[in-house]
Order: sequence, then C-alpha cells, then structure tokens
Amino acid sequence: MKGIAGSKESNDCLISVETNDKTTIEINSIVGAFFYNQILKTIEDTLTEQGLKNVKVVVVDKGALDYTIKSRLLTAIERMKEDV
Amino acid sequence: MFRSLLFIPGNNPSMLQNADVFSADAIIFDLEDAISISEKNNARNLVRNYLINSSVLPKQIILRVNAIDSEWFYKDIELLKTNKIDYLLIPKMDKLTSDKLTVLLSEYEAKNNMPETKVIALVETARGVEELPLYAENKRLIGLFIGAEDLANDLEIKRTESSEEIFYARSRIVYQSVINHLIPIDTPYTNINNPEGLLRDSTYAMSLGMKAKASIHPNQLDTINKVFSPSPEEIKWAQEIIKINLSKPGHGVFQYQGKMIDKPIINRAEKIIEKAKIFEIL
Repeated sequence: MKGIAGSKESNDCLISVETNDKTTIEINSIVGAFFYNQILKTIEDTLTEQGLKNVKVVVVDKGALDYTIKSRLLTAIERMKEDV
Repeated sequence: MFRSLLFIPGNNPSMLQNADVFSADAIIFDLEDAISISEKNNARNLVRNYLINSSVLPKQIILRVNAIDSEWFYKDIELLKTNKIDYLLIPKMDKLTSDKLTVLLSEYEAKNNMPETKVIALVETARGVEELPLYAENKRLIGLFIGAEDLANDLEIKRTESSEEIFYARSRIVYQSVINHLIPIDTPYTNINNPEGLLRDSTYAMSLGMKAKASIHPNQLDTINKVFSPSPEEIKWAQEIIKINLSKPGHGVFQYQGKMIDKPIINRAEKIIEKAKIFEIL
C-alpha cells in the first residue's frame, strides 16, 4: 500500500508513504543542511500520533514549513490506507 | 465589517504562509472551487494544520466549504473545531440550502458543544437571487456575497466588462442586506492585469451600495480598500457635522455649508467615523 501527497512547488513538499518491514525515513530537502533534524522530528511525531509503524517515508522538501510537512504526511497516510 | 476579502486556495502553502501579511480585511480559505476533487483532503489537512500551528493569523478568517449536499461538507466543517474560523462561506445559497444548513449546523454545534456559527451566503444562482427575501433573515447570516461567475453560468449569459448583466442581482443583494443588517459583498473582478477595470468595477459596485469586494489576487487589495474606505474629504465632513451637532444640543436640524443637516445626515456622519476607526484610517 502506498500514498503520495504534496508537490515539488516552492514552500511545499512531496511525501510518499508505503508499507515496509521496518520504519525508514528518507529526507531530501533544499534546506536540509539547516533543518534536517526538525523535518525528521515532524515526520516521527506525526507517525507516532497516527500510531504508524513499519512504513517507508520519502520526503522531497522544497522549503515547506512544519505544518505543511505534517499535512502532506497525513494526507499521504490517508491515501495509503485507501490504497488497497 | 470588511472592505476587502482575499481568496486563497486551501492547497497553496506559499499563499497560506503569507496570509497574515496581505492587506485584506478578511482571508477566504477556499476548499471549494479552487480545489480539484482529488485534492480536497490535502487542502483540508493543510488549512487545518495551518490554523492550529500558525502563531500569527489574518485578522478575520472565512472558510469557503463545499456545498452542503456534497460528500465533503461534514469533513470541511470539522475545521470549526480549530476555533480559528470566524465565518463559513456557503456556496449556492437558496431557501432550501438555508433551511438545511440551519438544521445541520445546529445539530453539529449541539453535538460538539460549540457556539453558533456565523455564515456568509454565496448568492450565485438565479434561485438564490430570487429567494433572497425568504432566507436573508436567517440569524446566522452576517453577509450576502454575489458570485457573478456561477450566476452567469446559471443564466447562460456572458460576463462583460461593464457587468450590466448582474445589475439586478447586485441591487437585490444590496437591498436585502440593508433590510436585514447584513454586509453586501461584491463579486471579484477577475482580470488581475487590468487595474483600471478593477477601479471602475469597484467604484460602480460601491455606488450601488456594496460595502466590500472580494479579490482573487493580492495586487487588487489596495484599490479595493481605497474605494470602500471613507475618503479624507468624507471623514473631514463627518467630523465637522458631529462637532457642530454636539455644540448644539437639542437642535434637531441645522445648516452646514448652506445645506440642511438632520438626523439621517448625522447618522451617516457617525457611520463614516465608525468605519474610519474600524479600518484604522482615523
């Protein structure tokens, strides 16, 4: 099962989530040098909030704020759950 | 009270994060026409998290939800739980929609222990225009907003630069607004590259009695704010009328610059000053 949400527009991010045998998070960000840890925490916190384990998350970030990253991840998760 | 309202598509992070810096009196976060069917949940999630997590928000926030009989309406109104939304903008308002909306929102508010939600009616069908007297008294309403593009589609007519084709609807909205103490809000001027046209259209709408105008681009806001604000000359006139009135207690009528000034004129002067204060130009 896989879900994708967001875009590669400026201030947005494209996030994909799919089922996996363990949780992995891959972040490619234009501001990664400064904000990698913050983006990672947003992803981890959101996965914890959603009670989600064993997923592969890939983030292509174009300078999105935390709430945008969280929103895109939530939508990607919803879409993954609908992808049966 | 507002002069200018700016539509922001709910799925646009760049515009959302700048929403508080635009000079609009109110921002309309759009979950309806600006959002494709496949992106409805994406936009809703983005607006919700923006409202919850942003430390600085626009002065007044309006949420344009999807039609009340759509599959998205109930999910859209869940955003009321953020306690950050001042008004809902309800598409395709008519008598039946108004009645249904009252029931739906009343049930939702009771279930969630929420205060009464205030609403702006988007009047954008022939039925919506004709049935105005049947629903404009709805106590949830604070404004009537003419949606000229959808109205033109409903009437199967072309929108023109002069907007003569919506004169009747504009006037009907103004009259019903005045009767019911609502804010008449004019339709956006859609040619964002024609500032002269925007000025002409705004000035004409204002002359008919519209009190505010929606916009689809931030570069339209300064013109709209200027047109729908009291001018410096009006403010000066109003200040002088009020000053003379206060200096002549008990005089029902007096003269100013050769013209008779009575209660309706004094009331008008007071409204001008009130507006000027609200819009922080006095």
